Amino acid sequence: MVALKTFKKGGVHPADNKFSADKPFVKAPLPKMAIIHVTQHLGAPAKVLVKKGDKVKTGQLIAEASGFISANIHSSVTGKVMKIDNAIDASGYKKTAIFIRTDKEEVWEDGIDTSEDLVKDIPYSPQEIVEKVKKAGVVGMGGATFPTNVKLTPPPGKKAEYLIINGVECEPYLTVDHRTMLEKGHELMVGTKILMKALGVNQAIIGIENNKPDAIEYLTKISKEYEGISIQPLKMKYPQGGEKQLINAILGREVPSGGLPIDVGAVVQNVGTTVAVYKAVQKNMPLIERTVTVSGTNFSNPSNYIVRIGTPIKDLVEFAGGVPENTGKIIAGGPMTGKALSSLDAPIQKGTSGVIFFPDEAAHRKPYQDCIRCAKCVSVCPSGLEPYLLMTVTEKQMYDVARKNHITDCIECGSCSFICPTYRPLLDYIRLGKKTVMDQIRAERAQKQKK
Amino acid sequence: MSEVLLNSILTLGAVAVVSAIILYFVAQKFKVEEDPRIDDIEEALPNANCGGCGYPGCRAFAEACAKADNLDNLYCPVGGNDVMKKVAEILGIEVKEQRRQVAVVRCAGSYDHREHHNTYEGPENCAVVHQLYGGETDCHYGCLGLADCVRACNFDALHMDEKTGLPVVDEDKCTACGACVEACPRDIIELRVLGKKDRKIFVSCVNEDPAGPAKKACSVACIGCGLCYDACKFDAITMYDNLAYIDDKKCVLCRACVEVCPTGAIWEVNFPPRKPKPDKKKSAATAKKAEESKQQQISSQPINISDLPKEEKPAEEKTETKQPESNRVENKSEENKNENNENNN
Repeated sequence: MVALKTFKKGGVHPADNKFSADKPFVKAPLPKMAIIHVTQHLGAPAKVLVKKGDKVKTGQLIAEASGFISANIHSSVTGKVMKIDNAIDASGYKKTAIFIRTDKEEVWEDGIDTSEDLVKDIPYSPQEIVEKVKKAGVVGMGGATFPTNVKLTPPPGKKAEYLIINGVECEPYLTVDHRTMLEKGHELMVGTKILMKALGVNQAIIGIENNKPDAIEYLTKISKEYEGISIQPLKMKYPQGGEKQLINAILGREVPSGGLPIDVGAVVQNVGTTVAVYKAVQKNMPLIERTVTVSGTNFSNPSNYIVRIGTPIKDLVEFAGGVPENTGKIIAGGPMTGKALSSLDAPIQKGTSGVIFFPDEAAHRKPYQDCIRCAKCVSVCPSGLEPYLLMTVTEKQMYDVARKNHITDCIECGSCSFICPTYRPLLDYIRLGKKTVMDQIRAERAQKQKK
Repeated sequence: MSEVLLNSILTLGAVAVVSAIILYFVAQKFKVEEDPRIDDIEEALPNANCGGCGYPGCRAFAEACAKADNLDNLYCPVGGNDVMKKVAEILGIEVKEQRRQVAVVRCAGSYDHREHHNTYEGPENCAVVHQLYGGETDCHYGCLGLADCVRACNFDALHMDEKTGLPVVDEDKCTACGACVEACPRDIIELRVLGKKDRKIFVSCVNEDPAGPAKKACSVACIGCGLCYDACKFDAITMYDNLAYIDDKKCVLCRACVEVCPTGAIWEVNFPPRKPKPDKKKSAATAKKAEESKQQQISSQPINISDLPKEEKPAEEKTETKQPESNRVENKSEENKNENNENNN
């Protein structure tokens, strides 16, 4: 048997714990009060368009993108705007949000097709597609929440050769992309065709890890109906779902330090994003709901849900069966890159792919000791960095050294912290260093522009 | 044999003489004239090399002093007015006396005043927590209590108070070098000038939330009500972002604002205890009443624990050290009283 492809540098093998892989999607009930933040994406916060007391329909634009890297926000429910106030989100900070009290009857904004019928024809031009994606506020749904329309407009002089659809889902516990591939296979294929048309590429490759044999089999079967789409099974390894790692695994190309995937002729889109693009273009459906896995080793009913954006996590958890006893930590997103929630009042956002419970005994961090120079962190770093060094220099506030050692290439996958035998908080410090260096770079750029 | 020896000695001697002559002329030609006063000034400076003056070390500051026409924009916070007088003497110019500054921690959210909703277990570093999330309490502006400022201080002037979880400035040791101000990721610490007898009045809160959430998160938060703004007759108070700010340069230390603050967010330090005046009794009484009812409220309504996710247990270890807040201000004023007595004696 030919060895399966995977990325070359680094990587770890956390237990995958995909308990909810065979649970079909269930629609979660509408929230009584939707809390919709204006900062659900990377980039500038959206500008609020509604005011207190306004009646809004489902799918109505309530905040518009302000700047090139920003995204539209739509109401996910029909109801009345109660207030515009600060509310806590999964980041653990309070940010501006629109509170909408849900009416009993749901009224959809005009022009939205809510039927489940598959629409295969794509009568739109690439510009129209990008415009529609932008209007619908679609962002990367793997967790990075980068506005999709920006990714579909490559910088001048650069041309995409391949479209890669990310069905890797290398994060433990999460199964939403897996279920999407099984349940929305045709939508995914049409979405891929739409993205191919927008980018003007002839080849699309869907990368799937070999722990999802049913998805590989099903998509290989139906991909024959769609020209130019192929399926690439991949060997399981974390963080294969990282853009740069996936390109390396499938194409064997390496994105240069500080570069973007487009520099090696590739554009990567997540499976969930692709389906959202399909809905946005074919059905005029804005991004108002997403798929969420609720799971955990101590959770009796691990399942997948389709949840409206803005549903408080508390409501979703209650619907899913309540917080299990002896829970020590709840994480929004996957356990490797996700964030521990400081409050269950935080709502589901465009980037929330999972809610994972950890029992108390597994939730605590062990006290850390000195570095023993085993270099395990260096060997597992998929970006080829030296995490032990980056942590030390950040601790000592030697940010210039951190910058010289390419701290900004860190993809924050957490492999270093996962592997460290003395439990050093490597990623905690590297994140701080990366943010500080990024701020410095931005300040320098702004100064240059002034001149 | 002796010929070889003689030859080498002569050759080396000749080389030495020639080099000496060349070096002498080169040294004359490229002589660096350095102001001798720089060395004198450097000697007069504390040589802490803390960077509090804005220059990289005492030598650089000495050079800047020697070059400058006047010392208006140059000030060594560590040495203070005494050192600056010496520097001025060396330079033969006049120097204006500046009021002494100290670092002030503008957060009073001790364990008693802020409910802790979750436990943080990562590295003990405020900067790491600040970029990670809002913190263990609902106040996302206040002190994180992991002592970045204490580690930044070169003068042992800051230490953590275990009872409150907040840093305390030792005003005698504080040199106002500003290292802690830089280190604090939440901009809580500020350098403020001291008034007569080292007195100061400041708003001990940086929470920009509106009144409701601010008060819910911390019982001594500034709620931005503006009562102090109305009470101040000297235009020293400005309101922004739901916060009051007292300008230390305009404040005349009349204490009118302290009396009206409904949450006790305005602190007076190093003042003698108030004498009960007949006309002010009333307001003091009402303030006391308000304080009492506030305390009752807090004790009767522990911030809705049912709202919280089950996993977030209150920080047990920390609540163990809870003690009735007999406020630092009061302690201070007591100490002050003793001091005053000593002075009087």
